[in-house]
Amino acid sequence: MRLRHTAAVALAAATIAGATLVAQQINGAGATFPDPIYQKWFAEYNRLKSAVQINYQPQGSGAGIKQITSRTVFFGASDQPMTPEQLQAAPGRILHFPTVLGGVVPIYNIPGVTAELKFTGPLIADIFLGKITKWNDPAIGKVNAGVNLPNTDIVVVRRADGSGTTFIFADFLAKVSPEWKQKVGVNNALQWPTGVGAKGSDGVTGQVKQTPGAIGYVELTFAIANKLSYGSVQNSAGQFVRASTESVTAAAEAAVKQMPADFRVSITNPPGNAAYPLASFTWLLLYEDAPDKKQAATMVEFVKWALTDGQKFAAPMGYAPLPKAVVDLEMKALEKVKVK
Amino acid sequence: MLLSKARTDEFFFRGITGAFALLVIIGVVAIGVELVRESRLSIQEFGWQFWQTDTWNPVAGQFGARPFIWGTLYSSLLALLISTPIALGIAIFISELCPAWMRWPLVFLTELLAAIPSIVYGLWGIFVLVPFVRSLEVATPEWMRAIPLFSGPPLGVGMLAAALILSIMVIPFSSSVAREVLKAVPQAQREGAYALGATRWEAIRMALFYARTGIVGAVMLGFGRALGETMAVTMVIGNSPQINWSLYKPQYTMAAVIANEFTEATDDLHLHALIEIGMVLFIITLIVNMISRMFIWSMARQRKPRAAAAPPVAAKATA
Amino acid sequence: MIRDRYRRLLSHVIVGLCGLSVLVALVPLALILFYVLSQGVSSLNWAFLTRMPAPVGEPGGGMANAIVGSLIVSGLGAIFAIPIGIISGIYAAEYAGTRLANAVRFAADTLNGVPSIVIGVFAYGIAVLPFRQFSALAGGVALGIMMVPLIMRTTEELLRLVPTSLKEGALALGATRARAVFTVVLPAALPGILTGILLALARIAGETAPLLFTAFNNRYFSTDIRQPISTLTVQVYTYAIAPNEDWHRQAWAGALTLVAIVLTCSLLARIATARMEKLQRGS
Repeated sequence: MRLRHTAAVALAAATIAGATLVAQQINGAGATFPDPIYQKWFAEYNRLKSAVQINYQPQGSGAGIKQITSRTVFFGASDQPMTPEQLQAAPGRILHFPTVLGGVVPIYNIPGVTAELKFTGPLIADIFLGKITKWNDPAIGKVNAGVNLPNTDIVVVRRADGSGTTFIFADFLAKVSPEWKQKVGVNNALQWPTGVGAKGSDGVTGQVKQTPGAIGYVELTFAIANKLSYGSVQNSAGQFVRASTESVTAAAEAAVKQMPADFRVSITNPPGNAAYPLASFTWLLLYEDAPDKKQAATMVEFVKWALTDGQKFAAPMGYAPLPKAVVDLEMKALEKVKVK
Repeated sequence: MLLSKARTDEFFFRGITGAFALLVIIGVVAIGVELVRESRLSIQEFGWQFWQTDTWNPVAGQFGARPFIWGTLYSSLLALLISTPIALGIAIFISELCPAWMRWPLVFLTELLAAIPSIVYGLWGIFVLVPFVRSLEVATPEWMRAIPLFSGPPLGVGMLAAALILSIMVIPFSSSVAREVLKAVPQAQREGAYALGATRWEAIRMALFYARTGIVGAVMLGFGRALGETMAVTMVIGNSPQINWSLYKPQYTMAAVIANEFTEATDDLHLHALIEIGMVLFIITLIVNMISRMFIWSMARQRKPRAAAAPPVAAKATA
Repeated sequence: MIRDRYRRLLSHVIVGLCGLSVLVALVPLALILFYVLSQGVSSLNWAFLTRMPAPVGEPGGGMANAIVGSLIVSGLGAIFAIPIGIISGIYAAEYAGTRLANAVRFAADTLNGVPSIVIGVFAYGIAVLPFRQFSALAGGVALGIMMVPLIMRTTEELLRLVPTSLKEGALALGATRARAVFTVVLPAALPGILTGILLALARIAGETAPLLFTAFNNRYFSTDIRQPISTLTVQVYTYAIAPNEDWHRQAWAGALTLVAIVLTCSLLARIATARMEKLQRGS
């Protein structure tokens, strides 16, 4: 008993000593997709302003929304906008700020095929619905004339864990396939009609690489970082577009005209010739009126930096920078956050 | 004067130590209560149907736990089938057969298996075990594939990979407890068997019979461990909720679905359904431990009269 | 005669099978250790052990904060679990047979079987949500809950193995029950209890799920127990699911460090036990 007492006192002394040395640390949690660029931003910003330490943990979009709602972290991050019910449940008004853009690409492993395949939206939906089961199905051959597709079974590989990537993927498929919308729907975790569930994009990539005839989906950043080959997808203008930072930014540009004031918008299957159809914003979530005004002021300054100077780090890492029109709208919206 | 001080000292001793014991019990009860409380939306919505439905649809808000209960029980039972003979073999080898100098290192090595973090098992599983299982599946002859037990495309991930990795993780637990139990068999019993002309195996068989309830308890403890394993399983089982006897088909366990969907779930009903799965797992673990406890207790109660009759021999046996 | 030969043959076969099962168990152990070693050793260097995490693309990041954090959180868990485990174990040993003793034994075994993710969720509910704060303390609570059953059962079993003659001798000399237990019986059982504690530490050293919801994680170096803190398991997990090769390699180095720490603890436990037992037997 006594030993425990002295130990507790010693520990308290050490932590008080530790606390006085620590700079202002702000905690955030949320999506795994933007984690690499967020960590880059926080490190760069820390170099500029050494007193600001932002601790972000990629626990998942859902966790981010949960944590900011229960105020266990100061800011959240999500690959999908909060639903009206979630906004209602929060103790205060939560504002969304798009920070960067990302895309989802289809990856595949077909023995003997090295060409880049073309997919239409309905085609992908039918494959993932389990309606098309072989690679030499005429529907696939129709858009890939000249490619010798073998008579191999298609093995669908999807995400087992809930993820923003799944949300974007499902969001797109629901727009191009009424059957998908009715049977499966849109969420970060789904009841998949077929396929094997792999854990994380890493798991999907590993499974696809090991399984002949497999098809899966991963983030563009992941495909670039791991030098994976991926197919092109047909957009709403009928063009087959290969995902790249340019084509993803083009998708956002097309959506600027209908941008709602709170930035909660889906930009999958947008208009525009050069737009990549499987693109999405990722958002930073901040309270309009947070109790800690100092942290709010720090975060607003950081977001302003991220939207301007920070964007130059995006493309080298595989993220698409925001179009200028969106950044302008956001700078104005940032003034809504109360910093005094 | 001396008597009343002794009595108050006794009172405080019993009171304080008892309070700590009560704290442990309260803790466990609190976990159970918290589980029920945090799953009330799902309990209200689905009731007993939760245990009988196969749908798991976060979009439509339809949740049923049956495929997960199946996956957990099937994978754990398979793990038990594979690991028990091996664990017993190790326990017998260490306690009865191996030379004294080998004992210490072997015990250390088996405990090392228990010390490897489950995430390391999971990563090793994806990169080493799954390709190995896939090559096994590809090499399966056609006539075997016709049997429902081995039907399905060769994916690598699936029930077989999960059962294998679970059995590796469970072996150290079952074998350590079995070893301790065998150590407690009085030497007099063994000496009696040899005096009657028994072979090595027959003497071991006698010891196993004597310690049978404890051995069953050890096996049940391993079973309990397999039920709750999360990380390693989710990386190799394929995560598809379906009820299927086939070893090659991907399936899903309770612990795995909680780990996969908990951090991303934002819909309250979805969250509560996941926690209700945690509650189901808690109840099943409770039942398994209850059964294993009962066996170990009956074994311990059997031991006392005999141990009292031969203390010097028992002391030699534990050395 | 033939029956004898059959019996002897059967005996040899079974003995052989037992030896074989030892090898069968050791094969995956060797494979896993070899795999972790080969993946992690190339990234394990002094920089790794002493530097903070670096963002993607910048080489030379480390896990120093995670190593320190793991030690702090495990230490907190031990501070929480050791008194509770030992004292309730004393009760279960001294008053064995009472309803409370049976109940606490059952509770401890149940607690032992609860999946770590459920304990993480529970600890989140009682140690994080009410304070709206992730903290190393909450992580210590979660790990402590997992350590209690192991420590309690080891203490109880070992106290019961101590010959009653020792305790009776102390009581005969006029000691109270408390004094007899604390000054005579407990020291006699100490080597085993220490093993139990070190094994409990080894058990929780590899846990990720309970820490995700309690200690959170921290990119920066922190020893403040009321703030989020980095731990090896969570950091390894975060890096392992990330897209870059560099982080993957660091994840393996982290896993290797973890296995090395747990190995050392188990080894120390065995050596300490053997030495203490030798001392006791000598005196």
